[in-house]
Amino acid sequence: MLTAPLLLALLAVALAWPVPLWLASARWPRRSPALALLLWQSIALAGGLSMIGALLTYGLLPFGTDLLHGLTGFAQAVADGSAADRAGLAHLAALFGAALLGIHLLLNLAIVVLRTDRDRRRHRALLDLLGSTDPSQPRTRILDSELPVAYCLPSSSGSITVFSAGLISLLDDEELRAVTEHERAHLTQRHDLVLVAFRAWYASLPWFPVAYRAQREVGMLIEMLADDRARTHVEDRTLARAIALVGNAGEQSGLAVATRTDELQPQAIARVTRLGGEIEPLPPIARVAVVSTAAALLVVPTALLLLPALLTLGA
Amino acid sequence: MDTLWDSGIALSAYDIQAQLASDASKPLAATTVLTVLSRLEKKGFVRRERDERPHRYTAVASRADHMAELMHEVLGGAEDRTAVLARFVGQVTPAEAEALRKLLS
Repeated sequence: MLTAPLLLALLAVALAWPVPLWLASARWPRRSPALALLLWQSIALAGGLSMIGALLTYGLLPFGTDLLHGLTGFAQAVADGSAADRAGLAHLAALFGAALLGIHLLLNLAIVVLRTDRDRRRHRALLDLLGSTDPSQPRTRILDSELPVAYCLPSSSGSITVFSAGLISLLDDEELRAVTEHERAHLTQRHDLVLVAFRAWYASLPWFPVAYRAQREVGMLIEMLADDRARTHVEDRTLARAIALVGNAGEQSGLAVATRTDELQPQAIARVTRLGGEIEPLPPIARVAVVSTAAALLVVPTALLLLPALLTLGA
Repeated sequence: MDTLWDSGIALSAYDIQAQLASDASKPLAATTVLTVLSRLEKKGFVRRERDERPHRYTAVASRADHMAELMHEVLGGAEDRTAVLARFVGQVTPAEAEALRKLLS
């Protein structure tokens, strides 16, 4: 049966190209960033799953009708040396591709996770050396730099938020509170995990423009999510002002970097504009639709892979 | 670390201890200073000269060098470092800054 590999391949192509592009250019994610983030994650997972699944099921066709029989048949064929006789070049190439792709994705994830962890440790050591601590806020470090920067550094041993002296003198107390709450949201909601996953996806497929776009889009949604958290503590326009001040001052002090950011929609403006208007979360029906879609995206390829085997087992 | 940065020359743990004792009200034990130094050495911030005893320590890089390294990382100068930390406002292009300025007024 060629149905499962074909359907998986169709899904893989859809999730690799048109679907992410549609989501990246849609307007609604700005209204409900958390839901959009959920959808992005399920697109990435389902995309990888169906791509590997399509190659695997196609490659195993000569050895059995479903995944289970195919795998056992393939193992036997390898054992008695008849694998190359029973399957044509196309099938063997597909199997090889599935294995290669799976290993490539997992290996890249591991490398990115380890490297990020190492970089964070190094950064933390530098911060401990150069930053100063405010005794009333043990989770905060102040950097003696004129450049206005604020960021958070996640760590299993205790995450910290860092402000530069330049930022503190640029913003008033209420704006600083907005920044603090924004960064705290990143840490408590563990946005770093999502970022690392998409970072790894992009590192695995650097030649794949959609992966870069997805990573950037996810980065912006995470900022908006943290903005929404900060909005429960400060007024919208205070936060918007803080973003605009920091963004503008950053450019003035020579922080602006003309890299690939040029070709993409500017994130700071999108955030400020968003805060300037009325932010209406998606209506309940649309929310249910997004969550169901995200769930379906994961269920469909899994079912296509496993269901035929389960059906034969049950019969 | 500040003591080493300020001195600019190689110091032994005892020199550092004496320096710190003259600044602080509570003198530190020599073993404490040694522990801190070996930790700093492991992290690559100080270098130990082993040719004579007591061992002498120097700072690997100046305070300003380390600061530059830190800021380079923060500002995303290294393209693959962006996942390390999440900045409040990331890179801004001149055109975007101009638009932000308009929004502010």
